[in-house]
Amino acid sequence: MHLDHSHDESTAVSADAHRPDGHRRALRIGLGGPVGSGKTATVAALCKELREELSLAVVTNDIYTREDAEFLLREAVLPPERITAVETGACPHTAIRDDISANLEAVEDLEDEIGPLDLILVESGGDNLTATFSKGLVDAQIFVIDVAGGDDIPRKGGPGVTTADLLVVNKTDLAPYVGSDLEGMAADAKAQRAELPVIFQSLRSDVGVGPVAAWARAQYAAWAASA
Amino acid sequence: MSQAALLVLADGRFPAGGHAHSGGAEEAVKAGRVTGAADLEEFCRGRLHTTGLVSAALAAAAALGLDPLELDEAADARTPSAALRVAGRRLGRQMMRAARSAWPDPSLDQLAAARPKGAHQPVVLGLAARAAGLGARDAAYCSAYECVSGPATATVRLLSLDPFDATGVLARLAPELDLVVREAAEAAQRAVADGVDELPAASAPLLEVGAEAHAGWPARLFAS
Ligand SMILES: Nc1nc2c(ncn2[C@@H]2O[C@H](COP(=O)(O)OP(=O)(O)OP(=O)(O)O)[C@@H](O)[C@H]2O)c(=O)[nH]1
Ligand SMILES: [Mg+2]
Repeated sequence: MHLDHSHDESTAVSADAHRPDGHRRALRIGLGGPVGSGKTATVAALCKELREELSLAVVTNDIYTREDAEFLLREAVLPPERITAVETGACPHTAIRDDISANLEAVEDLEDEIGPLDLILVESGGDNLTATFSKGLVDAQIFVIDVAGGDDIPRKGGPGVTTADLLVVNKTDLAPYVGSDLEGMAADAKAQRAELPVIFQSLRSDVGVGPVAAWARAQYAAWAASA
Repeated sequence: MSQAALLVLADGRFPAGGHAHSGGAEEAVKAGRVTGAADLEEFCRGRLHTTGLVSAALAAAAALGLDPLELDEAADARTPSAALRVAGRRLGRQMMRAARSAWPDPSLDQLAAARPKGAHQPVVLGLAARAAGLGARDAAYCSAYECVSGPATATVRLLSLDPFDATGVLARLAPELDLVVREAAEAAQRAVADGVDELPAASAPLLEVGAEAHAGWPARLFAS
């Protein structure tokens, strides 16, 4: 019995930064948040924005099996072999936090089958405000809410809003129609998150996913530099 | 050896992927064969005496130190449905990951290297039990219990079944679990002397057929 881990056994160590062959694994970024807030749309936009400069793959965690993966396939944001759906037994938050084994297998298989990857985006099907990703699965996480889901969500907080590495408040184009107070949301988010970043986004605008893509680029640069 | 290791291994929260599988319950619910606690009990009883017995015997045999690759083949031969073979190997791979973290042992490393995409789950479970210092009966208990607790938990989600009723089903099945475990452990002992053909090969055709249908559904909550 040997209870200490070394790199050559890294398949048993989920957060290890190296693959069994000694190469550095891909950076893994999780996207969580309430149902319909725009996670898949953000993933799709990020893929289109970053696919020329980074080798990308996506893992989806759906409630009903393959919805999100099929959307991404239809939109052809990446070749099909770069998109994997994990089945979650109706509980995405279990698969991204409490029992991450299926997700770890999905990311490992992607790296085995496609070769070295730079960035893997892991989407969790819309669940609830307490759903966060395990540190054993992702290196950083984005929590996506939208202005139409109620402008009191930043005030209510919860682990996603308060601790995610990036909070995205999506669908700002809809704010005038649903009477959401964007300044109030910004102030509440600031109060909950202190120095952690918040990006207000509308995928229907010209700016689109640009600022979130810039954040992801910076995460990747930091990850690559720490090798 | 710690007897309490059995509790760690048998814990429904052991992170080895079981939560995403219904053990055939999702298909049985959709087909109208399981509509409440009484049906669930019959479903679990049938599963316990067929798949459950076979899995428990495989786990016990692995815990006794029989060649895991030979047991893996024996598991294949006892699982007619291709969909269930895939599910069993996927769960085995997930069990392997959790077991290697919990009880690092060369025997697990060897099987992981020989079957990188997963050996059958009961075989890995038995080897994990052995690495944890547990015995054949312990491994059989884990496997047999999981074979009924999985569908019971899934049915709570699928039918919004009263969780106290589901737990009652499991409690009522406990004496039968003891019998199945004894039978499985005895078969595993015989297999040590006379080879893996001594292991039971009971099968539940409806579970196998249902699993094939379920795998083809476009939308489902559980992986199997
Ligand atoms: N107006 C507007 N609609 C958006 C925006 N972003 C996404 N949507 C729309 O919102 C709807 C839901 O978006 P999805 O990306 O599927 O949401 P999701 O968070 O992935 O949803 P689940 O995976 O079901 O939890 C879709 O119809 C999108 O087109 C936006 O910035 N503005
Ligand atoms: Mg989605």
